[in-house]
Amino acid sequence: MLILTCPYCGLAADETELSPGGEAHLKRFGPGSSDDAFTGYLFHRENPRGVHFERWRHSNGCGKWFLAARCTVTLEVFGTYPAQTTEPPAAILDAIRAKRPDWEGRA
Amino acid sequence: MSDAMTALATVTLLPPQGMVTLRADLGDATVRAAIETATGHAVPDTRSITGTGEAGLGWMSPDELMVFTDREAAPALAGSLAEALAGQHHLALDVSDARAVFLVEGPGVREVIAKLCPVDMAPGVFGPGELRRTRLAQVAAAFWMESETRLRLVCFRSVARYAEDVLTNAARPGTAVGLF
Repeated sequence: MLILTCPYCGLAADETELSPGGEAHLKRFGPGSSDDAFTGYLFHRENPRGVHFERWRHSNGCGKWFLAARCTVTLEVFGTYPAQTTEPPAAILDAIRAKRPDWEGRA
Repeated sequence: MSDAMTALATVTLLPPQGMVTLRADLGDATVRAAIETATGHAVPDTRSITGTGEAGLGWMSPDELMVFTDREAAPALAGSLAEALAGQHHLALDVSDARAVFLVEGPGVREVIAKLCPVDMAPGVFGPGELRRTRLAQVAAAFWMESETRLRLVCFRSVARYAEDVLTNAARPGTAVGLF
């Protein structure tokens, strides 16, 4: 069972109170971009064993989207942060590096 | 805790309650002042309720409040809120007909909710004054405790029958878990 802290309510919300939103920090390629870039944006997703960044929505709570960094193997949560960020904040990256020294960073 | 013959709590569907949903930038001082003047209640802190479930303000999200008032007064209140917030980015809408309110009353109130919601209902963790939006079995709901034995729960009216059924079932006599 995954428990994520909603950065808007401050609540430790149970997985069943949340809705998953897939990979975080996607860069959108829209009209005018190359077919390859658009295909990548539309279909190609990271699926790592280990550190992963995800979008979640507190759908049965405050209804806000937020982002979470967690380990897909151990379900360890490194931190959650507001959705209005294009890159993981330094505090989250520090928390990950403290616990996963061999992590190579986001692909 | 209650004995094997009495229900953990009684579940009552309350008569229609006036509710106005209000969305605006709650961090803005002008907005807060306008809301407090129009409703007569202080803007609640995160996850809390000011006033009561009959006349008060409940925190729904960082930019949303639920205004409780008389059913007949709700449309006029939505209008006066919209007037008070003119010029500000906002939404004030009478949503009274969209929701149903239940009163859950009895010594086993914490147990009834703990059976249905992923919420730590332990005394000291959750108590009167806090408003919690969560999942009640399979539907969205919000509730707050008015006292240690009295809880008010709001859900969408379209699922009111379901909510009443699961609440009544969770409160059945002889089903006390004895957690709290």
